[in-house]
Amino acid sequence: MEMFLMSFTVFVLAIFVGFEVITKIPPTLHTPLMSGSNAISGITLVGAIVSTGTELWVTTVLGFLSVVLATINVIGGFMVTNRMLAMFKKKT
Amino acid sequence: MYDFIINFSYLVSSVLFIFGLKGLTHPRTAVRGNLLGACGMLLAVVVTLTDRHIVSYEYIILGMVVGGAIGAVLAMRIEMTSMPEMVALLNGFGGAASIFVAGAALIEGSSLTDSPILQLTVATAASGLIGAVTFWGSLVAFGKLKGLISENAILFSGQQGINSILALLVLGLSIGVVLNPESFSLYWLLVGVASVLGILLVLPIGGADMPVVVALLNSYSGLAAAATGFVLSNNVLIITGSLVGASGIILTHIMCKAMNRSLTNVLFGVLGPSGEGGQTADEVYGGKVKSASPEEVALLFDAARRVVIVPGYGMAVSQAQHPVASLAALLESRGTTVEYGIHPVAGRMPGHMNVLMAEADVPYDALKDMDEINQTIDQVDVVLVIGANDVVNPLARTDPSSPIAGMPIIDVDKAKTVVVIKRSLSPGFAGIPNPLFALDNSLMLFGDGKKMVLDMVAALKDS
Repeated sequence: MEMFLMSFTVFVLAIFVGFEVITKIPPTLHTPLMSGSNAISGITLVGAIVSTGTELWVTTVLGFLSVVLATINVIGGFMVTNRMLAMFKKKT
Repeated sequence: MYDFIINFSYLVSSVLFIFGLKGLTHPRTAVRGNLLGACGMLLAVVVTLTDRHIVSYEYIILGMVVGGAIGAVLAMRIEMTSMPEMVALLNGFGGAASIFVAGAALIEGSSLTDSPILQLTVATAASGLIGAVTFWGSLVAFGKLKGLISENAILFSGQQGINSILALLVLGLSIGVVLNPESFSLYWLLVGVASVLGILLVLPIGGADMPVVVALLNSYSGLAAAATGFVLSNNVLIITGSLVGASGIILTHIMCKAMNRSLTNVLFGVLGPSGEGGQTADEVYGGKVKSASPEEVALLFDAARRVVIVPGYGMAVSQAQHPVASLAALLESRGTTVEYGIHPVAGRMPGHMNVLMAEADVPYDALKDMDEINQTIDQVDVVLVIGANDVVNPLARTDPSSPIAGMPIIDVDKAKTVVVIKRSLSPGFAGIPNPLFALDNSLMLFGDGKKMVLDMVAALKDS
């Protein structure tokens, strides 16, 4: 129970941090924000890696599938966000 | 000591993600922010690869190579007009990854994580449920955006009833998973039923509401990652998932506000007042619409000192961004001030129009949001509306019985002259006529957006 409460505390505080940071992002950058958040939500990769590397073949299969999906999110998300952000230029 | 290093690295990753998002508060710092986020991810992945539970690496590496290649090709090939589809897909993949990780953790049981068994099972049920709804919901959203599934709201009788039954069933199965964690088939049954629910939840949502749905599913994909964090008692997943969840919720709220729709109405496919008793197209337009030629409009631009361009998704459909940008550059070179008025739902996802204009080399400081442009719109000499309809319909302000009543709009009707480029007088998503087109200070330029703008550029160069 104590362990859960610790995790839950982190969860609630992180939501507050998210609200504070994200409300300050201007509408101009909302699309890169969404693709960028796709990229960081690929953090599931961390869990996927461990499942894939274990001995059981079932978890290796499940892990492998999630490694593929999460890596698409990470690489695809960061790259497409970078591509978009590079287009935003100041008036010269 | 080993756990300390891993958890400390995860903390550093989380901080890098937060700084990365902070970077997005200004276009100048955004590229660096994105790189910081990528560094955070690299660090998290590298330390995870040293985990002592891992006995073999071949499938991990294979998976990362395959996923990385698909992701890179997607990111390089995707057209900016198709960004909503890409984000919808990525939302879905995030959800699916959570289903599989949670499913694997359930099988491994407590050997893989230190989570107490109750937290493990509750969080696993949540991951499977949210993940499945996100994955299938996103696939339907993708299909609708791509035109593979009808963009219209698909409604059938008894829909609410079926959804309620499915929701109850999902709830029951979740409790089943919590009570019998050793029965893996229950978990996959839960995922199956939640998948049907995900499909049925997004099918009734109409094309105009897609920006809301994509934003909401973005939030769900974050929550799915957070739930997986609870499964594994892993703080970096919990923190990142909450950040993404919060971001999606904020964007959903902004989109709902921009369309004056409540989230419940969007989710259940409820439309605003039907607009019955409103005027028909003939009554609104009859004899009052003035049409002009590109040359005449060019003369107007020639005399204008301040011009505002209001782009809508129709502009992107006719690929007119680049001609519009060169028209603006030409006017600027003659000393005219040109700005863009961007409605929050001008594109098909939050901020979409800004990206489309940025791609056409329009500087970001010329892109003004709705509230900013509305403050001074009465001092604008010429407003050029291209490919937008409902977001400039003054009925939103004047007719409380209209389906768009109360929706915030760009008040282009208050400018000295309004030029509207449009193929015909056909209505927008809301299906109602637009009295703007019949105003005394309005001129219609009937034709393809791209061709009309190019004709104006040519006429301006000649004069």
